[in-house]
Amino acid sequence: MATTYRRKPTKSELRRQQMEELVMFPIDWLEERSGLIGGIRYFLFRNVPSDVNWMQTLGSAALTAFLVQAITGVILAMYYVPSATTNPKTGNPVAWESIVHITDDLTLGWLVRGMHRWGASVFIILMFLHMGRVFLFGAYKYPRELNWIIGVLILVMGMMEGFTGYLLPWDQTAYWATVVGINLNGTAPFLGPWLAQFLRGGQEISGETLTRFYSLHMLVIPGAIIGLITLHLYLVIRLGVTSPPWSKDAAGMEPEEEEAARLRPGLTRPVPRPSGASAMQAEPGGRE
Amino acid sequence: MEPEQPSPDTERESLHEEPHLPPPTLWPIGFAIGIVVVLVGLIINPLLISTIGAVIAIVFGILWARDATAELRGQPLVVEPERREMTEAGEGMTAPPADQQGVALVQVPETAVTRSVFLEGATLGLGAAIGGLITLPVAGFMVLPSFLGQEQHKVDLGPIEKFPLGKWFIATFVVDPSQGEVSRRTAFVRNNGNTPNPEKPSEQVPSFTIISNRCAHLGCPVQANGPIGQKYTGTPSFKEHTLTGPAEFKSVTPAGYGCPCHGGQYDPEGNRIAGPPVRALDRYAFEVNHGRLVLLSTYSVSHVEGSGAQAKIYKYKEVGPGEHVDGPEQLFYPINPPHH
Repeated sequence: MATTYRRKPTKSELRRQQMEELVMFPIDWLEERSGLIGGIRYFLFRNVPSDVNWMQTLGSAALTAFLVQAITGVILAMYYVPSATTNPKTGNPVAWESIVHITDDLTLGWLVRGMHRWGASVFIILMFLHMGRVFLFGAYKYPRELNWIIGVLILVMGMMEGFTGYLLPWDQTAYWATVVGINLNGTAPFLGPWLAQFLRGGQEISGETLTRFYSLHMLVIPGAIIGLITLHLYLVIRLGVTSPPWSKDAAGMEPEEEEAARLRPGLTRPVPRPSGASAMQAEPGGRE
Repeated sequence: MEPEQPSPDTERESLHEEPHLPPPTLWPIGFAIGIVVVLVGLIINPLLISTIGAVIAIVFGILWARDATAELRGQPLVVEPERREMTEAGEGMTAPPADQQGVALVQVPETAVTRSVFLEGATLGLGAAIGGLITLPVAGFMVLPSFLGQEQHKVDLGPIEKFPLGKWFIATFVVDPSQGEVSRRTAFVRNNGNTPNPEKPSEQVPSFTIISNRCAHLGCPVQANGPIGQKYTGTPSFKEHTLTGPAEFKSVTPAGYGCPCHGGQYDPEGNRIAGPPVRALDRYAFEVNHGRLVLLSTYSVSHVEGSGAQAKIYKYKEVGPGEHVDGPEQLFYPINPPHH
């Protein structure tokens, strides 16, 4: 609704214009130098099938659970001490005492530790539900097989997080669960005994096992998960979201509207067209 | 769009067709190596190595000087300029005008390594070398300490007179005082009395049965099935501050051993009688040193025939819980990691 007449803008209109410029300036500045805003717009406003289902939010839910684990874990690492040595004053291991300190003494420590401890299970459960949704919707089929494989790797990494994190409280449960877990790995044929000894950091579980598991738990495996999630999301954006199996659109039925006709048969991703986001990413003055 | 004129870029491109001056040469590197050899030789062997270095430096120096002054002395330079086909313009380039194309088109031999290919290979090769130099020691540091330099810990359990003949004790002791409580272990100890030395039958040697409490299924601590303490066994329990640290001995009359984790059951000699374990309980090797019982490393046992000093123990090298030492399944574990 562009106004065709000309008049002097009122004071409020001027102020509004100034505010808009104030807000847009940093956004434009960033976009011009990085193209990031266009990329985010492309990610957020990309086309999805019209009949997507609530079940298809399980992946985002699992991602959120992972972010909760990452943030609470970083903060817990500020207080946790991965040391198996005994505190001479109390006779208790330092690692275990630091967990007691977090839970009982520090303000809101019980909450953040609880979030991390229960969030771990939530993360695994959401991954399984997401996996079930993908399976039942047939969303693992061509061309999304690779994304299924990456998802399975994330699931395995998540379980390794659970295994390594379980040792950190350094109590009897943690110790014996790790003994059994490592020895289970040790019964794998051929390389099992070597893997077990590598995980233990020697022949017996010791303080080195604790520091090693701590490093794996907070540096190695989370790094791998972040990389895998990035790949996973890249493929989701590249290949598009699957329609539910009952989708009439995707089955090529009832192409009533122009929108449905633009779908390639068998694919739910619309034929690309120049949109605001992609136009921004195109080379200035270049060919399409 | 109008057909583009040859842009400044294209002109610069054609400049590349002219020979580079001065040409690249290896002589200075050889000269530098010669100087290095001289300097190293001054430390190691001035007479021999420094002489060799001086010869290298002089030879390469002369060659370098000859090359550098070639133009001054009026000799033609023998440097082949690099040429590329310019008929097809790539992205961002325009083809040279038709009259220049013939000049630019010099047939490059199939085997020739062009500058760009060489630089590409050099970048990849150098990157791989740097990556390898960094990765190999770091990966070694990550993996090797778990397998090398595993120490054997001897544990002193006190004088052997403390163990009455034929009585069982649950012994708990710290294997490695520097590790503390995490290295606390439990073993079931029985004094079998003296027995003839298998090597010298005329000599009598002490015999002990010392069974590790590590379950042969997945390594949980097995418990003695039987009453504990003097009230039931008639033998007093005792504590001992030995040479390697405090140890505790509880008297027990075991009818066998049971694992709380997955229900594995063993007889008093450690033979598996029920449940998931794949072999008998491990045992400690021991020595008697100045009348004191000293535990050495553990060894694995497939099964035991008989009991006490006369028992026939089928010994194997120490392996992890859940690993078969006999039967066809042992083929799954052909090489075990080094063990003390």
